[in-house]
Amino acid sequence: MSTMTMNGEFGAKKPIDRSITTSKPVAEAVAEPVKETKMENAAAVAVGTPIGEKLGALGRAVLPPVLGLLILLGIWYVATHKGGSIPGPAQTWDAAVALFSDPFYRNGPNDQGIGWNVLSSLQRVGIGFGFAALVGIPLGFILGRSAFLAAMVNPIISLLRPVSPLAWLPIGLLVFKKADPAATYTIFICSIWPMIMNTAQGVQRVPQDYLNVARVLALSEWKVVTKILFPAVLPYMLTGIRLSIGTAWLVIVAAEMLTGGVGIGFWVWDEWNNLKVEHIIIAIFVIGIVGLILEQALILLAKKLTKESS
Amino acid sequence: MEKFVQIERVGQTFDTKKGKFVALREIDLTIKQGEFIALIGHSGCGKSTLLNLIAGLTKPTDGVLLLEGREINGPGPERAVVFQNHSLLPWLTCFENIYLAVERVFGSKEGKPKLKARTQAAIELVGLAHAAHKYPHEISGGMKQRVGIARALSMEPKVLLMDEPFGALDALTRAKLQDELMKICEKTKATVVMVTHDVDEAVLLSDRIVMMTNGPAATIGEILDVNLPRPRQRLTLAHDPAYINCRAAVLEFLYEKQAHVEKEAA
Repeated sequence: MSTMTMNGEFGAKKPIDRSITTSKPVAEAVAEPVKETKMENAAAVAVGTPIGEKLGALGRAVLPPVLGLLILLGIWYVATHKGGSIPGPAQTWDAAVALFSDPFYRNGPNDQGIGWNVLSSLQRVGIGFGFAALVGIPLGFILGRSAFLAAMVNPIISLLRPVSPLAWLPIGLLVFKKADPAATYTIFICSIWPMIMNTAQGVQRVPQDYLNVARVLALSEWKVVTKILFPAVLPYMLTGIRLSIGTAWLVIVAAEMLTGGVGIGFWVWDEWNNLKVEHIIIAIFVIGIVGLILEQALILLAKKLTKESS
Repeated sequence: MEKFVQIERVGQTFDTKKGKFVALREIDLTIKQGEFIALIGHSGCGKSTLLNLIAGLTKPTDGVLLLEGREINGPGPERAVVFQNHSLLPWLTCFENIYLAVERVFGSKEGKPKLKARTQAAIELVGLAHAAHKYPHEISGGMKQRVGIARALSMEPKVLLMDEPFGALDALTRAKLQDELMKICEKTKATVVMVTHDVDEAVLLSDRIVMMTNGPAATIGEILDVNLPRPRQRLTLAHDPAYINCRAAVLEFLYEKQAHVEKEAA
């Protein structure tokens, strides 16, 4: 049954897409949406849109976000222009130009360029996250395949999942005796839950039809995993990965504030101790932008992979 | 072979939340090798349940099913199934979907070139050589169903089981595929069990039509022999008295003797 609905989606995708793209630029299409032929005409018009309209469409896409950012800057400016402890946009901009003109300097272990700080944070996230994927995805497969194991492990997961990853940090420090692996371990803990749960859910939702095909063909377990389960679960796995990288990036900043060393979180705390508030604001932007890039890169990857596999 | 498939006193009971549900009872049927059997009945009469039992996808609660004298214990490629909704794997091309089946059945005995040739032959049999490297979502519903049939035939099954294979298709495509299926069966001498709710389809294709009573606790009501010479042409049959009689007999069974479902629904 589920393949039927899937086909329905595939079939329905095209006409829906077309009606969205065509009804926007051509007003007449909206006025008379009942006739199918009218829609076809609208499609023809959309293909041959003049440059002016294309620019208009571009403007409509770009204008709102730009306007939003300008308003944010405006509020920031108004809030800070009378002076006070928080620097304004111009001051922050100057500090940023100075900071980014030399992002990779090293003056000892506690004074390094912002580039190094971001990179070492990313490295921790990468390692913690990688281990989480190595453990979490196979575990998710096992839990998805075995109802007994799932019933056994699910209560434990439900208990541990709401715990802030930072609560695990002291345990990490105790076990590893060093700050750096402890921070990585925190990332591992917070990344693993979405990966286990999404993978397990994906395995449980593999359409029965595909499994029936596997049974009629009497495929080996290896073939079932590689040819049916893995491709069917891939979209769910990618969702798990995306959710966990988001959390990981949130958690690393807090973890590094506590552990010190090199990293964007530690840098924020260090600049607070130096009372360089403009640097803290810059750090907020940098963290935001890196998080955005990570998320978008994974969405892009997911699109590419699922397009190939669907 | 006179007793190719034997279904003996088979019953199927499901445990549901509301208690036991008897889907099938006392099914007795023997199928000859090379025979084309249609299972027909109102929806909910357990035709698909019976097909799943022959496929081995479910096990009977009573009785026994035999293929060539051996008990059917589970699903297997010697009883290939063409599913109602084609069930092609969307991440494999048509060729790869068939190859997966071919490799499973013949992979231990034959080399890759031979396996590929088998796959190619199967896809040519259903006239889809041009679409071999397309993905299922790139082809029409009728083409998908043809790939499903090619996949099942490529395994050279002893019995081909079809669960309303053309139910989701439009009338013209359905007619075309029925003609193709008749030709393929002629060529391969396949033994086929097909679930259908289309009277014309049943009469056109089958050697015997197994008519089932309404569920719950459905069983075989009547079995009709369709003594029409092959190859059959749908246009000439339309005026053939024997064809018209068969059609009338099935209609009579469905809408007079087993009509109460319709009344309940109304």
